[in-house]
Order: sequence, then structure tokens, then C-alpha cells
Amino acid sequence: MTETAYNFAYLDEQTKRMIRRALLKGLAIPGYQVPFASREMPMPYGWGTGGVQVTAACLTPEDRLKVIDQGADDTTNAVSIRSFFQRTAEVETTEATADATVIQTRHRIPEHPLTEDQILVYQVPIPEPLRFLEPSEVETRKMHALEDYGLMHVKLYEDIARHGTIATSYAYPVKVEDRYVMDPSPIPKFDNPKLSDSPAIQLFGAGREQRIYAIPPYTQVVSLDFEDHPFDPSKADHPCALCGATTSYLDEVIVDDEGGRMFVCSDTDFCATRRGEAA
Amino acid sequence: MTPLLSVRSLTKRYGARIGCADVSFDLWPGEVLGIVGESGSGKSTLLNCLAGHQAPDAGQVLFDTRAEGPRDTVTMSEPERRMLGRTDWAFVHQHARDGLRMGVSAGGNVGERLMSVGARHYGDIRAAAADWLGRVEIDTGRIDDRPTQFSGGMQQRLQIARNLVSGPRLVFMDEPTGGLDVSVQARLLDLLRGLVRDMGLSAIVVTHDLAVVRLLAHRLMVMKDGHVVETGLTDQVLDDPQHAYTQLLVSSVLQV
Repeated sequence: MTETAYNFAYLDEQTKRMIRRALLKGLAIPGYQVPFASREMPMPYGWGTGGVQVTAACLTPEDRLKVIDQGADDTTNAVSIRSFFQRTAEVETTEATADATVIQTRHRIPEHPLTEDQILVYQVPIPEPLRFLEPSEVETRKMHALEDYGLMHVKLYEDIARHGTIATSYAYPVKVEDRYVMDPSPIPKFDNPKLSDSPAIQLFGAGREQRIYAIPPYTQVVSLDFEDHPFDPSKADHPCALCGATTSYLDEVIVDDEGGRMFVCSDTDFCATRRGEAA
Repeated sequence: MTPLLSVRSLTKRYGARIGCADVSFDLWPGEVLGIVGESGSGKSTLLNCLAGHQAPDAGQVLFDTRAEGPRDTVTMSEPERRMLGRTDWAFVHQHARDGLRMGVSAGGNVGERLMSVGARHYGDIRAAAADWLGRVEIDTGRIDDRPTQFSGGMQQRLQIARNLVSGPRLVFMDEPTGGLDVSVQARLLDLLRGLVRDMGLSAIVVTHDLAVVRLLAHRLMVMKDGHVVETGLTDQVLDDPQHAYTQLLVSSVLQV
């Protein structure tokens, strides 16, 4: 069913213009958080309102959209956002990473390498990497402006002092082009290396916090660490129980009440494609 | 020899009221200057203007920087001033809570300055933090405890360690012993005297406690209603006060 009563991709043209302006500014200053006038969307905050607005501003009628939630194409969040754009923009959708031109993601980067023809849109709950260290927004903006980032390493220091190793395993802070410290959204730190030097455009939208930021293609993104405790993009030390992949990020699934568990690829498209090839 | 800090006609007004007016002095390397006066006399305003926490309305604060010699910190850019604030300057607050991160361990508190100027080796940072905890007489076994678990005196010593770890040349102290009981005060003063002497620090100590300045300061400035009413060597000012207000101040000290 189509909903022709809506403007293309739900948002009105003026709002999309405003968001595109913020996106362009974000791309011009990689890693800088651009404030934007986030709109009420027909879904609660925390369900990807930022990502949805960015996607709406990027979509053209020719685009093919893929939506993933923690790597999966078939979970509630992914299904409902995908059908939202099917109804309001009538764009084609796909589950194959390679076929998509715009990919909206919640907390994962697809395993399949991205290309220059693709845009990756992240949903971001808390865009400010310094938020839990410095509660004042006035102060954190000053710290970004003055490149006063000692505090970020204090957090990593505390991790090592308490746990013996950097225990931050997702939303691992990065430095973009040797300037802005950025929250990569809650992707597992396993995905952090894929942020750097990516051919695809990476856009980040935080709806409730009203911030947009971006990483242009082929931008250097470095995960923060210490010389004697280097960054380690770890994952569960198992092969995927379904497709046997040893290089992909894995979800741990509890399968019974006796403590039985299996590890499967979090990227469902990657896993299905590999099994298709294997069969 | 150039003075480390050279202040010329520094003035700060709060609307029609005067914070401090027309203050001028030189501070030489290795020298400790005490600023005394009653509450509201403009001591803290003066200290905050010197340390760049407040912008003065008029006057110059020339600091002898390592790289470029004397520079006016009032007209300096904010990034440069902040860089001074975490390298060559230190600021010890009256309340340790204002100067510490209460949610961060003692080691993290001491290490923050090092990390903010680019230290990226965990082992080295931790070793420096442990060394400084030792110097301010905090058991190094408590390096991973938070300041909330420390007593008031320990918090103040931790604040001093956190400030001095980067080897500053100028320390601003705002009532460093305020709110501590006398035996803890005595140990803290002893510690400060030792550190000032060993590291060759220059310091500006704001206090209303004349006993503190007698022990710490080489020179003394007495303030009243925003103006400096008397300056001189500490012993001289305290033993032979000239200005009527200084005489009142000195004679008001309780004799035990």
C-alpha cells in the first residue's frame, strides 16, 4: 500500500534542506557535532529518529535501502524502519549489503566491504563522547573547540586500573583526522577499524540529542589507546555455528536452560550469503 | 633576571562595585607571595584574574613563558591560557572537591594533567602517579581509591599532587589550609614548604590566616576593599604593621 498523502520520505522539503545543510557542514568538519532542529518522528526517541531523519534527507527515488539492527535485517527496529520508507518513499529495499545504496544501521557496520556508491547512516543515542566524564554541554563544547581531550584518556586509564585492560567494548572513542574525538555510536569495538579509510560516506544522526556528524570517505579514524595497552578489536573466540566464518563479529545465543550456547554471525546477510555459497 | 610574573594596574569591577583595583606587583622565581585581607577584600578576585579564571577589566599580567619570554596572559588566546593552566601553572582550590574529579581514582586524578599534555604510556603515568602520592604522604596502596573515600586532609594533599605532577613553575593557592584542623594544617604546611623549596616553585597564596603566611610566604600584600594597602617582607609587615588596617588585622589574631 502506498501513502501518497506523505511528502517523499515523510519529511517536508524544508526540513530535508535543513538536515542536508547540517550534513554538509558535518562532512566539511569530520567528527564535529553539528546541532540541527530534530523533528518529532512517528516513533519514540531511542528508536532511531536521528538515523531516520538523516536517511530521509539522503534518499532519492532511485535508491535501494537496507536497514539493519545489530547486524540483523529481520528484527523489529529494522523491519519497521524499512517498511516506513517503503510506504513513505516507495524506494526499493534489499537485504543484500552489496546491492544497497543507502544503509541505515543500528550499532553495527556490515561485514561486506562498502563501496564509494554507498552511504552508511548510523543511529546515535548519545553523540557526546565526553558526556559521562563532563556533564556540562557548555564545557564539553569548549573542550572540543580547544582540543582539550586529556579527560578521555582518564576514562581509559580508569578502565585499565580497575579491570587490567581497556574494558570499553562498544562506543569505543575515536579521533577523526587527528582533530575531533568522536563517539562512533554503540558499535562493537570490533567494527572500529572499518570506520577508518572507508570508501563509503558515513553519517551519524542523534534525534533526541539533536546532533549530526559525519565521516567523509577515506578519512583517518584512530581508536584511542595507550602505548602499552594498544587498541584491540576483539570478538568472541569461536567460528560462526551456522556458516563457519572466523572473521565476522558474533552474537552469543543461549539455546536451552542447561547453559547451552552457540555463536552466530551478527550480520544476517553476511551469514546467509556464505551459507548460500556453501550449499 | 626577569620576574616570573609581573602584574600592572590590574582592575576588576563587578558593575559599580570594585573587585580589585590598580594592583601591581612583581613575583620573582622561587618566591612565595602571600595575599591577606578580610572576606570581600578582593583577594580571590585578584587570584582568579591572575590564573585566567576571570577576565580583568584593565591591566596586564605578564608571565615569563618558557618559549617566548614575558607574555600578557590577559590578551593571550584561550587555548594558550589553558595550556599554561595545565603545564606551567597550578591552582590549588580551598575545597579539594573543586579541584578534584571525585568520580575518578586517585591515580587518574594525578595522571590527568600528564595525559592532557600527551602522555600515552599507562605504565609511566601510573608510576608518576604513585611517585607523587608518595611525595604527598598518601599510601600508594590507595592509588585506585576514589577521593570520596579520603579524609579532608588527604583530599587536599591529593589535589596538590595532581597539580604539581606536571612540574609547574607557578602555583596559585586559595586558602589551601582552610577547613582543616590544626594538626592536619601543620602537616600540610610542612609538606608545602618542602615542595616549594625542593622544586623551586613560585607561589601566590591567598589566605586570611596570618599564621599560614608567616610560615609560607616571603613577601606579603595586605588588601582592603579591593586595594593593596600595604606590602613588604612578611616578618616586617606582621611585626611592624604600618597601615591602620594591617595593625587591626595583626592585633585581631587570637593569642593561645
